[in-house]
Amino acid sequence: MPANRFNGNSDYGVGIGLRVPHYQHIFAKKPVVNWFEIISENFMVDGGRPLQILDQILERYRVVQHGVSMYFGSAEPLNREHLTRLKKLVKRTKTPWLTDHLCWGSVDGRYTHDLIPMPYTFEAAKRAAQKIREARDFLEVPLAVENVSSYAEFHVSEMTEWEFLNEVVEDADCGILLDVNNIYVSSRNHGFDPFEYLHRVPAERVAQIHIAGHSKYQKYILDTHDHPVIDPVWALYARAIEMAGPTATLLEWDDRIPSFNEVHREALKARRYQPAQLREAS
Amino acid sequence: MNLEQLQQAVFEVTRQPLTPSEQMRPRLPDGRSIREIANALIKPNDRMTSFERLQIYNQQYWFRIMSSLSEDFPGLRSLISERKFEKLAVAYLNECPSESFTLRNLGSRLEAWLRKHREYIAGVERVALDMVRLEWADIDAFDALDLPRFMPAESGQLSGATVFRLQPHLHLLDLAYPVDDLLLHARGLNAKSETVSNAVLKFPHKAKIRRSSLPKPGKVYLAVYRLQGGVYFKRLTRNGFALLQALGQGQPLEKAIEVFLLRPRRRLDRIGPQLQEWFQDWSSLGWFAQP
Repeated sequence: MPANRFNGNSDYGVGIGLRVPHYQHIFAKKPVVNWFEIISENFMVDGGRPLQILDQILERYRVVQHGVSMYFGSAEPLNREHLTRLKKLVKRTKTPWLTDHLCWGSVDGRYTHDLIPMPYTFEAAKRAAQKIREARDFLEVPLAVENVSSYAEFHVSEMTEWEFLNEVVEDADCGILLDVNNIYVSSRNHGFDPFEYLHRVPAERVAQIHIAGHSKYQKYILDTHDHPVIDPVWALYARAIEMAGPTATLLEWDDRIPSFNEVHREALKARRYQPAQLREAS
Repeated sequence: MNLEQLQQAVFEVTRQPLTPSEQMRPRLPDGRSIREIANALIKPNDRMTSFERLQIYNQQYWFRIMSSLSEDFPGLRSLISERKFEKLAVAYLNECPSESFTLRNLGSRLEAWLRKHREYIAGVERVALDMVRLEWADIDAFDALDLPRFMPAESGQLSGATVFRLQPHLHLLDLAYPVDDLLLHARGLNAKSETVSNAVLKFPHKAKIRRSSLPKPGKVYLAVYRLQGGVYFKRLTRNGFALLQALGQGQPLEKAIEVFLLRPRRRLDRIGPQLQEWFQDWSSLGWFAQP
Protein backbone atom coordinates (compact mmCIF):
# COMPACT_ATOMS: atom_id res chain seq x y z
CA MET A 1 0.00 0.00 0.00
CA PRO A 2 1.47 3.37 -0.98
CA ALA A 3 2.58 5.50 1.95
CA ASN A 4 1.21 8.60 0.19
CA ARG A 5 -0.26 9.60 -3.14
CA PHE A 6 3.17 10.45 -4.56
CA ASN A 7 4.66 7.23 -3.34
CA GLY A 8 2.95 4.44 -5.19
CA ASN A 9 6.12 2.39 -5.21
CA SER A 10 6.84 1.64 -1.57
CA ASP A 11 7.65 -1.92 -2.58
CA TYR A 12 10.73 -0.72 -4.49
CA GLY A 13 12.70 -0.86 -1.27
CA VAL A 14 16.40 -0.10 -1.65
CA GLY A 15 18.17 0.42 -4.98
CA ILE A 16 21.52 1.59 -6.24
CA GLY A 17 22.76 3.71 -9.12
CA LEU A 18 23.66 1.88 -12.33
CA ARG A 19 27.34 2.68 -12.92
CA VAL A 20 29.80 1.64 -15.64
CA PRO A 21 32.37 -0.06 -13.34
CA HIS A 22 29.66 -2.46 -12.19
CA TYR A 23 28.38 -3.56 -15.60
CA GLN A 24 30.61 -6.59 -15.81
CA HIS A 25 29.63 -7.80 -12.33
CA ILE A 26 25.93 -7.26 -12.96
CA PHE A 27 25.90 -9.18 -16.24
CA ALA A 28 28.13 -11.97 -14.97
CA LYS A 29 26.62 -12.48 -11.52
CA LYS A 30 23.07 -11.24 -12.08
CA PRO A 31 22.78 -10.04 -8.46
CA VAL A 32 19.40 -9.50 -6.87
CA VAL A 33 18.81 -5.76 -6.78
CA ASN A 34 15.42 -4.20 -6.15
CA TRP A 35 15.96 -1.48 -8.73
CA PHE A 36 18.56 0.62 -10.47
CA GLU A 37 18.52 4.37 -10.83
CA ILE A 38 19.98 5.62 -14.10
CA ILE A 39 21.20 9.09 -14.96
CA SER A 40 18.79 9.91 -17.79
CA GLU A 41 21.25 12.06 -19.74
CA ASN A 42 23.69 9.16 -20.09
CA PHE A 43 21.08 7.25 -22.08
CA MET A 44 19.45 10.06 -24.07
CA VAL A 45 21.49 9.05 -27.09
CA ASP A 46 20.57 7.76 -30.53
CA GLY A 47 22.14 4.32 -30.27
CA GLY A 48 25.17 2.29 -29.37
CA ARG A 49 26.43 0.59 -26.28
CA PRO A 50 24.59 2.77 -23.70
CA LEU A 51 21.21 1.68 -25.08
CA GLN A 52 22.33 -1.93 -25.53
CA ILE A 53 23.35 -2.02 -21.88
CA LEU A 54 20.13 -0.37 -20.81
CA ASP A 55 18.01 -2.87 -22.74
CA GLN A 56 19.85 -5.76 -21.13
CA ILE A 57 19.32 -4.24 -17.69
CA LEU A 58 15.63 -3.67 -18.42
CA GLU A 59 15.17 -7.34 -19.25
CA ARG A 60 16.01 -8.25 -15.68
CA TYR A 61 15.66 -5.20 -13.43
CA ARG A 62 13.39 -2.28 -12.61
CA VAL A 63 14.82 1.08 -13.60
CA VAL A 64 13.99 4.58 -12.38
CA GLN A 65 15.24 7.64 -14.23
CA HIS A 66 17.04 10.49 -12.47
CA GLY A 67 18.03 13.60 -14.41
CA VAL A 68 20.71 16.20 -13.84
CA SER A 69 20.06 18.93 -16.40
CA MET A 70 16.38 19.74 -16.75
CA TYR A 71 17.05 22.83 -14.63
CA PHE A 72 13.53 23.62 -13.46
CA GLY A 73 14.96 26.65 -11.70
CA SER A 74 16.62 28.28 -14.70
CA ALA A 75 14.83 31.41 -15.83
CA GLU A 76 14.90 30.27 -19.46
CA PRO A 77 12.24 27.94 -20.88
CA LEU A 78 12.62 24.15 -20.86
CA ASN A 79 14.83 22.76 -23.63
CA ARG A 80 12.45 21.08 -26.08
CA GLU A 81 15.13 18.81 -27.54
CA HIS A 82 15.96 17.64 -24.04
CA LEU A 83 12.31 16.92 -23.27
CA THR A 84 11.79 15.07 -26.54
CA ARG A 85 14.79 12.83 -25.95
CA LEU A 86 13.76 12.32 -22.34
CA LYS A 87 10.27 11.25 -23.34
CA LYS A 88 11.70 8.73 -25.78
CA LEU A 89 13.77 7.29 -22.95
CA VAL A 90 10.79 7.25 -20.60
CA LYS A 91 8.94 5.11 -23.12
CA ARG A 92 11.90 2.76 -23.31
CA THR A 93 12.43 2.35 -19.56
CA LYS A 94 8.78 2.68 -18.50
CA THR A 95 10.10 4.45 -15.41
CA PRO A 96 7.26 4.63 -12.89
CA TRP A 97 8.35 8.09 -11.82
CA LEU A 98 10.99 10.56 -12.89
CA THR A 99 13.20 12.84 -10.86
CA ASP A 100 15.44 15.88 -11.38
CA HIS A 101 16.77 18.67 -9.22
CA LEU A 102 15.21 21.82 -7.88
CA CYS A 103 18.03 24.06 -9.01
CA TRP A 104 19.28 26.06 -11.97
CA GLY A 105 22.29 25.60 -14.20
CA SER A 106 21.73 27.07 -17.64
CA VAL A 107 21.58 30.64 -18.91
CA ASP A 108 20.65 31.66 -22.47
CA GLY A 109 21.17 28.12 -23.74
CA ARG A 110 24.60 27.76 -22.14
CA TYR A 111 25.06 25.00 -19.60
CA THR A 112 27.10 24.94 -16.39
CA HIS A 113 26.51 21.20 -15.84
CA ASP A 114 26.26 22.08 -12.16
CA LEU A 115 23.39 22.11 -9.68
CA ILE A 116 23.28 25.73 -8.55
CA PRO A 117 20.95 26.61 -5.66
CA MET A 118 17.93 28.79 -6.20
CA PRO A 119 17.39 32.24 -4.83
CA TYR A 120 14.49 31.42 -2.51
CA THR A 121 12.05 34.00 -3.84
CA PHE A 122 8.35 33.77 -4.66
CA GLU A 123 9.11 34.70 -8.26
CA ALA A 124 11.60 31.82 -8.61
CA ALA A 125 9.23 29.37 -6.93
CA LYS A 126 6.38 30.30 -9.26
CA ARG A 127 8.50 29.91 -12.39
CA ALA A 128 10.03 26.62 -11.27
CA ALA A 129 6.58 25.21 -10.47
CA GLN A 130 5.33 26.24 -13.89
CA LYS A 131 8.24 24.47 -15.61
CA ILE A 132 7.69 21.33 -13.53
CA ARG A 133 4.04 21.27 -14.59
CA GLU A 134 5.00 21.78 -18.23
CA ALA A 135 7.55 18.97 -18.08
CA ARG A 136 5.12 16.59 -16.39
CA ASP A 137 2.38 17.33 -18.92
CA PHE A 138 4.77 16.69 -21.79
CA LEU A 139 6.45 13.62 -20.34
CA GLU A 140 3.23 12.08 -19.00
CA VAL A 141 4.97 10.54 -16.00
CA PRO A 142 4.87 11.50 -12.29
CA LEU A 143 7.66 13.93 -11.38
CA ALA A 144 9.54 14.45 -8.15
CA VAL A 145 12.09 17.20 -7.50
CA GLU A 146 15.25 16.78 -5.43
CA ASN A 147 16.61 19.23 -2.89
CA VAL A 148 20.26 19.97 -3.79
CA SER A 149 23.25 20.49 -1.54
CA SER A 150 24.55 24.04 -1.63
CA TYR A 151 27.58 26.10 -0.76
CA ALA A 152 26.11 29.57 -1.14
CA GLU A 153 22.95 31.48 -0.22
CA PHE A 154 21.60 34.54 -1.99
CA HIS A 155 20.82 37.88 -0.33
CA VAL A 156 17.59 38.16 -2.35
CA SER A 157 16.09 35.04 -0.74
CA GLU A 158 12.74 35.73 0.87
CA MET A 159 12.34 32.40 2.69
CA THR A 160 14.24 29.35 3.89
CA GLU A 161 15.09 26.48 1.56
CA TRP A 162 12.42 24.24 3.06
CA GLU A 163 9.81 26.95 2.70
CA PHE A 164 10.86 27.34 -0.91
CA LEU A 165 10.62 23.59 -1.49
CA ASN A 166 7.12 23.61 0.00
CA GLU A 167 6.10 26.56 -2.15
CA VAL A 168 7.27 24.87 -5.34
CA VAL A 169 5.88 21.38 -4.77
CA GLU A 170 2.52 22.70 -3.61
CA ASP A 171 2.21 24.96 -6.64
CA ALA A 172 3.43 22.27 -9.06
CA ASP A 173 1.58 19.52 -7.19
CA CYS A 174 4.55 17.22 -7.60
CA GLY A 175 6.50 14.78 -5.46
CA ILE A 176 9.80 15.23 -3.62
CA LEU A 177 12.97 13.23 -4.01
CA LEU A 178 14.25 13.87 -0.52
CA ASP A 179 18.04 13.75 -0.36
CA VAL A 180 18.87 13.51 3.34
CA ASN A 181 22.60 13.76 2.65
CA ASN A 182 22.00 17.04 0.83
CA ILE A 183 20.04 18.34 3.81
CA TYR A 184 22.97 17.43 6.04
CA VAL A 185 25.59 18.99 3.72
CA SER A 186 23.64 22.23 3.38
CA SER A 187 22.91 22.37 7.11
CA ARG A 188 26.64 22.27 7.82
CA ASN A 189 27.46 24.78 5.12
CA HIS A 190 24.76 27.24 6.17
CA GLY A 191 24.42 26.54 9.88
CA PHE A 192 20.83 25.37 10.23
CA ASP A 193 19.35 22.40 12.08
CA PRO A 194 18.87 19.56 9.55
CA PHE A 195 16.00 18.13 11.59
CA GLU A 196 14.18 21.45 11.45
CA TYR A 197 14.44 21.25 7.64
CA LEU A 198 13.29 17.63 7.65
CA HIS A 199 10.31 18.30 9.90
CA ARG A 200 9.12 21.04 7.56
CA VAL A 201 9.17 18.80 4.51
CA PRO A 202 5.64 17.79 3.47
CA ALA A 203 6.02 14.08 4.18
CA GLU A 204 2.92 13.30 2.15
CA ARG A 205 4.82 14.32 -0.99
CA VAL A 206 7.99 12.27 -0.51
CA ALA A 207 8.22 9.89 -3.47
CA GLN A 208 11.82 8.73 -3.07
CA ILE A 209 14.81 9.22 -0.77
CA HIS A 210 18.49 9.59 -1.64
CA ILE A 211 21.32 8.70 0.73
CA ALA A 212 25.01 9.31 0.02
CA GLY A 213 28.41 10.14 1.44
CA HIS A 214 30.29 13.43 1.16
CA SER A 215 33.71 15.02 1.71
CA LYS A 216 34.57 17.33 4.56
CA TYR A 217 36.89 20.28 4.04
CA GLN A 218 38.19 22.85 6.47
CA LYS A 219 35.49 25.41 5.80
CA TYR A 220 32.73 23.50 4.04
CA ILE A 221 31.36 20.10 3.05
CA LEU A 222 31.25 19.02 -0.58
CA ASP A 223 28.62 16.62 -1.88
CA THR A 224 31.01 14.21 -3.59
CA HIS A 225 29.15 10.87 -3.36
CA ASP A 226 32.45 9.11 -2.81
CA HIS A 227 32.15 7.82 0.76
CA PRO A 228 29.87 5.63 2.85
CA VAL A 229 26.88 7.25 4.51
CA ILE A 230 27.78 8.78 7.88
CA ASP A 231 25.76 8.22 11.06
CA PRO A 232 24.17 11.69 11.24
CA VAL A 233 22.80 11.13 7.72
CA TRP A 234 21.46 7.72 8.73
CA ALA A 235 19.75 9.45 11.65
CA LEU A 236 18.08 11.85 9.24
CA TYR A 237 17.10 8.92 7.05
CA ALA A 238 15.54 7.07 9.99
CA ARG A 239 13.46 10.13 10.83
CA ALA A 240 12.47 10.62 7.18
CA ILE A 241 11.15 7.05 7.03
CA GLU A 242 9.22 7.61 10.26
CA MET A 243 7.64 10.67 8.70
CA ALA A 244 7.04 9.47 5.15
CA GLY A 245 6.53 5.75 5.68
CA PRO A 246 8.09 3.05 3.51
CA THR A 247 9.77 4.87 0.65
CA ALA A 248 11.88 3.82 -2.30
CA THR A 249 15.47 4.58 -1.29
CA LEU A 250 18.62 4.89 -3.34
CA LEU A 251 22.29 5.09 -2.40
CA GLU A 252 24.34 7.41 -4.63
CA TRP A 253 27.99 6.46 -5.01
CA ASP A 254 29.40 8.23 -8.04
CA ASP A 255 33.12 8.75 -7.58
CA ARG A 256 35.93 6.47 -6.40
CA ILE A 257 33.35 3.77 -6.90
CA PRO A 258 34.10 0.58 -4.93
CA SER A 259 33.01 -2.92 -5.92
CA PHE A 260 29.39 -3.66 -6.67
CA ASN A 261 29.10 -5.71 -3.48
CA GLU A 262 30.46 -2.93 -1.32
CA VAL A 263 28.07 -0.37 -2.77
CA HIS A 264 25.11 -2.73 -2.51
CA ARG A 265 25.99 -3.66 1.07
CA GLU A 266 26.13 0.02 2.03
CA ALA A 267 22.76 0.63 0.38
CA LEU A 268 21.11 -2.30 2.13
CA LYS A 269 21.96 -0.80 5.51
CA ALA A 270 18.89 1.34 4.80
CA ARG A 271 16.71 -1.71 5.44
CA ARG A 272 17.43 -1.35 9.14
CA TYR A 273 15.24 1.73 9.14
CA GLN A 274 12.45 0.42 6.91
CA PRO A 275 9.35 -1.15 8.52
CA ALA A 276 9.57 -4.92 9.09
CA GLN A 277 7.18 -5.91 6.28
CA LEU A 278 9.27 -4.00 3.74
CA ARG A 279 12.53 -5.46 5.06
CA GLU A 280 11.14 -8.90 4.36
CA ALA A 281 9.90 -7.92 0.91
CA SER A 282 13.25 -6.47 -0.13
CA MET B 1 17.41 42.09 -9.31
CA ASN B 2 15.09 39.57 -10.96
CA LEU B 3 15.74 35.86 -11.56
CA GLU B 4 17.26 36.29 -15.04
CA GLN B 5 19.58 39.05 -13.88
CA LEU B 6 20.76 37.06 -10.88
CA GLN B 7 21.43 33.93 -12.90
CA GLN B 8 23.24 35.88 -15.61
CA ALA B 9 25.42 37.59 -13.01
CA VAL B 10 26.32 34.32 -11.28
CA PHE B 11 26.94 32.55 -14.58
CA GLU B 12 29.17 35.36 -15.82
CA VAL B 13 31.36 35.00 -12.75
CA THR B 14 31.40 31.22 -12.48
CA ARG B 15 32.46 30.81 -16.10
CA GLN B 16 35.50 33.08 -15.72
CA PRO B 17 38.69 31.01 -16.00
CA LEU B 18 40.50 30.32 -12.74
CA THR B 19 43.88 31.80 -11.85
CA PRO B 20 46.99 29.59 -12.26
CA SER B 21 46.58 28.60 -8.59
CA GLU B 22 42.98 27.53 -9.34
CA GLN B 23 41.39 30.42 -7.46
CA MET B 24 38.64 32.78 -8.63
CA ARG B 25 39.90 35.85 -10.47
CA PRO B 26 39.60 39.20 -8.74
CA ARG B 27 38.04 40.97 -11.74
CA LEU B 28 35.84 40.37 -14.76
CA PRO B 29 37.36 41.16 -18.18
CA ASP B 30 35.57 44.55 -18.15
CA GLY B 31 37.35 45.46 -14.90
CA ARG B 32 34.46 45.02 -12.49
CA SER B 33 35.43 43.62 -9.10
CA ILE B 34 34.23 40.04 -8.58
CA ARG B 35 34.51 40.53 -4.83
CA GLU B 36 31.96 43.36 -5.05
CA ILE B 37 29.67 41.27 -7.25
CA ALA B 38 29.95 38.35 -4.84
CA ASN B 39 29.23 40.61 -1.84
CA ALA B 40 26.13 41.93 -3.58
CA LEU B 41 24.81 38.46 -4.45
CA ILE B 42 25.97 35.96 -1.84
CA LYS B 43 25.62 35.91 1.93
CA PRO B 44 28.87 35.32 3.83
CA ASN B 45 28.86 32.97 6.80
CA ASP B 46 31.01 32.65 9.92
CA ARG B 47 33.69 30.71 8.01
CA MET B 48 33.62 31.98 4.46
CA THR B 49 33.33 35.29 2.66
CA SER B 50 30.86 35.79 -0.17
CA PHE B 51 33.82 35.59 -2.58
CA GLU B 52 34.95 32.24 -1.17
CA ARG B 53 31.47 30.75 -1.38
CA LEU B 54 30.99 31.81 -4.99
CA GLN B 55 34.48 30.54 -5.75
CA ILE B 56 33.34 26.96 -5.01
CA TYR B 57 30.97 27.15 -7.98
CA ASN B 58 33.61 28.77 -10.16
CA GLN B 59 36.04 25.96 -9.35
CA GLN B 60 33.46 23.22 -9.79
CA TYR B 61 32.51 24.59 -13.20
CA TRP B 62 36.06 24.52 -14.49
CA PHE B 63 37.11 21.25 -12.85
CA ARG B 64 34.10 19.53 -14.40
CA ILE B 65 34.38 20.77 -17.99
CA MET B 66 38.18 20.55 -18.07
CA SER B 67 38.00 17.01 -16.79
CA SER B 68 35.43 16.08 -19.42
CA LEU B 69 37.31 17.63 -22.34
CA SER B 70 40.55 16.13 -21.15
CA GLU B 71 39.02 12.64 -21.09
CA ASP B 72 37.50 13.09 -24.51
CA PHE B 73 40.74 14.14 -26.23
CA PRO B 74 43.63 12.05 -24.84
CA GLY B 75 45.23 12.00 -28.30
CA LEU B 76 45.40 15.77 -28.52
CA ARG B 77 46.77 15.87 -24.98
CA SER B 78 49.52 13.48 -25.98
CA LEU B 79 50.59 15.72 -28.86
CA ILE B 80 51.10 18.87 -26.85
CA SER B 81 52.33 19.35 -23.33
CA GLU B 82 49.94 19.12 -20.38
CA ARG B 83 50.37 22.83 -19.75
CA LYS B 84 49.58 23.69 -23.36
CA PHE B 85 46.54 21.45 -23.36
CA GLU B 86 45.18 23.18 -20.28
CA LYS B 87 45.74 26.57 -21.88
CA LEU B 88 44.04 25.44 -25.08
CA ALA B 89 41.11 23.90 -23.19
CA VAL B 90 40.54 26.99 -21.07
CA ALA B 91 40.59 29.25 -24.13
CA TYR B 92 38.26 26.95 -26.09
CA LEU B 93 35.77 26.44 -23.27
CA ASN B 94 35.82 30.14 -22.45
CA GLU B 95 34.92 30.99 -26.02
CA CYS B 96 32.67 28.00 -26.66
CA PRO B 97 30.80 27.18 -23.44
CA SER B 98 28.60 24.11 -23.45
CA GLU B 99 25.37 24.58 -25.37
CA SER B 100 24.11 21.07 -24.78
CA PHE B 101 22.45 19.37 -21.83
CA THR B 102 25.10 16.67 -22.09
CA LEU B 103 28.86 16.94 -21.68
CA ARG B 104 29.14 14.47 -24.55
CA ASN B 105 28.95 17.41 -26.98
CA LEU B 106 31.55 19.57 -25.25
CA GLY B 107 34.20 18.99 -27.93
CA SER B 108 31.89 19.27 -30.93
CA ARG B 109 33.28 22.67 -31.94
CA LEU B 110 36.91 22.04 -31.08
CA GLU B 111 38.16 21.33 -34.60
CA ALA B 112 36.52 24.45 -36.06
CA TRP B 113 37.83 26.53 -33.15
CA LEU B 114 41.37 25.20 -33.54
CA ARG B 115 41.37 26.06 -37.25
CA LYS B 116 40.90 29.69 -36.17
CA HIS B 117 43.33 29.48 -33.25
CA ARG B 118 46.29 27.57 -34.62
CA GLU B 119 48.63 29.22 -32.12
CA TYR B 120 47.52 26.64 -29.54
CA ILE B 121 48.83 23.79 -31.68
CA ALA B 122 51.83 25.56 -33.19
CA GLY B 123 54.38 23.11 -34.50
CA VAL B 124 51.92 20.21 -34.69
CA GLU B 125 49.04 21.86 -36.51
CA ARG B 126 48.18 19.28 -39.15
CA VAL B 127 48.65 16.26 -36.96
CA ALA B 128 46.70 17.89 -34.12
CA LEU B 129 43.79 18.80 -36.40
CA ASP B 130 43.73 15.25 -37.74
CA MET B 131 43.75 13.92 -34.20
CA VAL B 132 40.85 16.13 -33.11
CA ARG B 133 38.81 15.03 -36.16
CA LEU B 134 39.49 11.40 -35.29
CA GLU B 135 38.67 11.84 -31.60
CA TRP B 136 35.40 13.62 -32.34
CA ALA B 137 34.46 10.91 -34.90
CA ASP B 138 35.19 8.33 -32.21
CA ILE B 139 32.91 10.11 -29.71
CA ASP B 140 30.13 10.44 -32.26
CA ALA B 141 30.40 6.89 -33.58
CA PHE B 142 30.01 5.53 -30.04
CA ASP B 143 26.35 6.47 -29.66
CA ALA B 144 25.16 7.74 -33.05
CA LEU B 145 22.09 6.24 -34.67
CA ASP B 146 22.30 2.73 -36.12
CA LEU B 147 19.68 2.29 -38.84
CA PRO B 148 18.37 -1.07 -40.08
CA ARG B 149 21.06 -2.66 -42.20
CA PHE B 150 21.01 -2.97 -45.96
CA MET B 151 22.75 -6.02 -47.38
CA PRO B 152 22.98 -5.15 -51.08
CA ALA B 153 24.38 -8.50 -52.12
CA GLU B 154 21.46 -10.31 -50.52
CA SER B 155 18.73 -7.89 -51.51
CA GLY B 156 18.66 -8.92 -55.16
CA GLN B 157 17.63 -5.34 -55.92
CA LEU B 158 21.03 -4.00 -56.79
CA SER B 159 21.27 -1.99 -59.97
CA GLY B 160 23.26 0.92 -61.31
CA ALA B 161 20.54 3.24 -60.03
CA THR B 162 20.74 1.97 -56.43
CA VAL B 163 21.35 4.80 -54.00
CA PHE B 164 23.13 3.77 -50.83
CA ARG B 165 22.74 5.27 -47.42
CA LEU B 166 25.67 5.05 -45.06
CA GLN B 167 25.10 4.45 -41.36
CA PRO B 168 25.05 7.69 -39.33
CA HIS B 169 27.76 6.25 -37.07
CA LEU B 170 30.17 5.72 -39.98
CA HIS B 171 32.71 8.53 -40.35
CA LEU B 172 35.07 8.67 -43.34
CA LEU B 173 38.26 10.55 -42.57
CA ASP B 174 40.89 11.61 -45.05
CA LEU B 175 43.94 12.10 -42.81
CA ALA B 176 47.40 13.47 -43.53
CA TYR B 177 48.94 11.59 -40.58
CA PRO B 178 48.46 8.06 -39.20
CA VAL B 179 46.84 9.42 -36.04
CA ASP B 180 44.83 6.23 -35.56
CA ASP B 181 47.95 4.46 -34.30
CA LEU B 182 48.87 7.46 -32.20
CA LEU B 183 45.46 7.60 -30.55
CA LEU B 184 45.56 3.95 -29.60
CA HIS B 185 48.95 4.60 -28.01
CA ALA B 186 47.68 7.68 -26.17
CA ARG B 187 44.71 5.78 -24.81
CA GLY B 188 47.05 3.41 -23.12
CA LEU B 189 48.41 6.39 -21.20
CA ASN B 190 45.02 7.74 -20.16
CA ALA B 191 42.58 5.34 -18.56
CA LYS B 192 39.09 6.81 -18.78
CA SER B 193 37.55 7.94 -15.50
CA GLU B 194 34.20 6.58 -14.40
CA THR B 195 33.26 9.67 -12.42
CA VAL B 196 29.62 10.68 -12.64
CA SER B 197 29.43 12.83 -9.53
CA ASN B 198 28.37 16.44 -9.80
CA ALA B 199 31.11 17.51 -7.44
CA VAL B 200 34.60 17.39 -8.89
CA LEU B 201 37.48 17.71 -6.51
CA LYS B 202 40.10 19.06 -8.89
CA PHE B 203 41.33 19.01 -12.44
CA PRO B 204 42.60 15.47 -13.05
CA HIS B 205 46.37 15.74 -13.33
CA LYS B 206 46.85 12.12 -14.21
CA ALA B 207 50.05 10.26 -14.89
CA LYS B 208 52.39 12.59 -16.69
CA ILE B 209 51.96 12.32 -20.42
CA ARG B 210 55.15 12.37 -22.38
CA ARG B 211 55.05 14.07 -25.70
CA SER B 212 54.70 11.26 -28.20
CA SER B 213 57.24 11.10 -30.94
CA LEU B 214 55.41 12.54 -33.91
CA PRO B 215 54.63 10.18 -36.74
CA LYS B 216 55.82 10.93 -40.24
CA PRO B 217 53.18 12.34 -42.56
CA GLY B 218 51.38 9.62 -44.46
CA LYS B 219 47.99 9.65 -46.09
CA VAL B 220 45.47 7.51 -44.25
CA TYR B 221 41.92 6.87 -45.42
CA LEU B 222 40.03 5.81 -42.38
CA ALA B 223 36.56 4.53 -41.56
CA VAL B 224 35.45 5.05 -37.95
CA TYR B 225 32.39 2.93 -37.22
CA ARG B 226 30.53 1.03 -34.58
CA LEU B 227 29.97 -2.70 -34.51
CA GLN B 228 28.25 -4.56 -31.67
CA GLY B 229 28.65 -1.61 -29.34
CA GLY B 230 32.38 -1.07 -29.93
CA VAL B 231 33.98 1.67 -32.03
CA TYR B 232 36.55 0.52 -34.57
CA PHE B 233 38.96 2.10 -37.03
CA LYS B 234 39.51 0.51 -40.45
CA ARG B 235 41.99 1.75 -42.99
CA LEU B 236 40.74 1.93 -46.57
CA THR B 237 42.44 2.21 -49.93
CA ARG B 238 42.21 5.57 -51.65
CA ASN B 239 39.81 4.14 -54.22
CA GLY B 240 37.65 2.41 -51.68
CA PHE B 241 37.45 5.65 -49.71
CA ALA B 242 36.49 7.63 -52.83
CA LEU B 243 33.78 5.13 -53.70
CA LEU B 244 32.30 5.19 -50.20
CA GLN B 245 32.42 8.97 -50.12
CA ALA B 246 30.56 9.17 -53.43
CA LEU B 247 27.95 6.74 -52.15
CA GLY B 248 27.66 8.69 -48.93
CA GLN B 249 27.03 11.85 -50.95
CA GLY B 250 23.99 10.15 -52.44
CA GLN B 251 25.35 9.31 -55.87
CA PRO B 252 23.77 6.23 -57.45
CA LEU B 253 26.01 3.20 -57.65
CA GLU B 254 26.65 3.65 -61.37
CA LYS B 255 27.87 7.24 -60.89
CA ALA B 256 29.89 6.40 -57.81
CA ILE B 257 31.69 3.67 -59.70
CA GLU B 258 32.39 6.13 -62.52
CA VAL B 259 34.12 8.41 -60.05
CA PHE B 260 36.14 5.48 -58.89
CA LEU B 261 36.96 4.40 -62.44
CA LEU B 262 38.07 7.86 -63.48
CA ARG B 263 40.72 8.13 -60.82
CA PRO B 264 43.29 5.77 -62.23
CA ARG B 265 41.68 4.75 -65.52
CA ARG B 266 40.48 1.24 -65.04
CA ARG B 267 38.22 -1.15 -66.78
CA LEU B 268 35.12 -2.31 -65.03
CA ASP B 269 35.70 -5.99 -65.81
CA ARG B 270 39.06 -5.82 -64.07
CA ILE B 271 37.76 -4.17 -60.91
CA GLY B 272 34.62 -6.29 -60.63
CA PRO B 273 36.09 -8.78 -58.16
CA GLN B 274 37.51 -5.91 -56.10
CA LEU B 275 34.14 -4.19 -55.95
CA GLN B 276 32.45 -7.42 -54.96
CA GLU B 277 34.94 -7.94 -52.15
CA TRP B 278 34.51 -4.40 -50.86
CA PHE B 279 30.74 -4.53 -50.86
CA GLN B 280 30.76 -7.86 -49.07
CA ASP B 281 33.19 -6.53 -46.50
CA TRP B 282 31.39 -3.23 -45.93
CA SER B 283 28.02 -4.94 -45.76
CA SER B 284 29.24 -7.42 -43.19
CA LEU B 285 30.51 -4.52 -41.09
CA GLY B 286 27.04 -2.98 -41.27
CA TRP B 287 28.05 0.24 -43.00
CA PHE B 288 25.03 0.39 -45.29
CA ALA B 289 21.61 1.40 -44.01
CA GLN B 290 18.27 0.73 -45.61
CA PRO B 291 17.78 3.43 -48.24
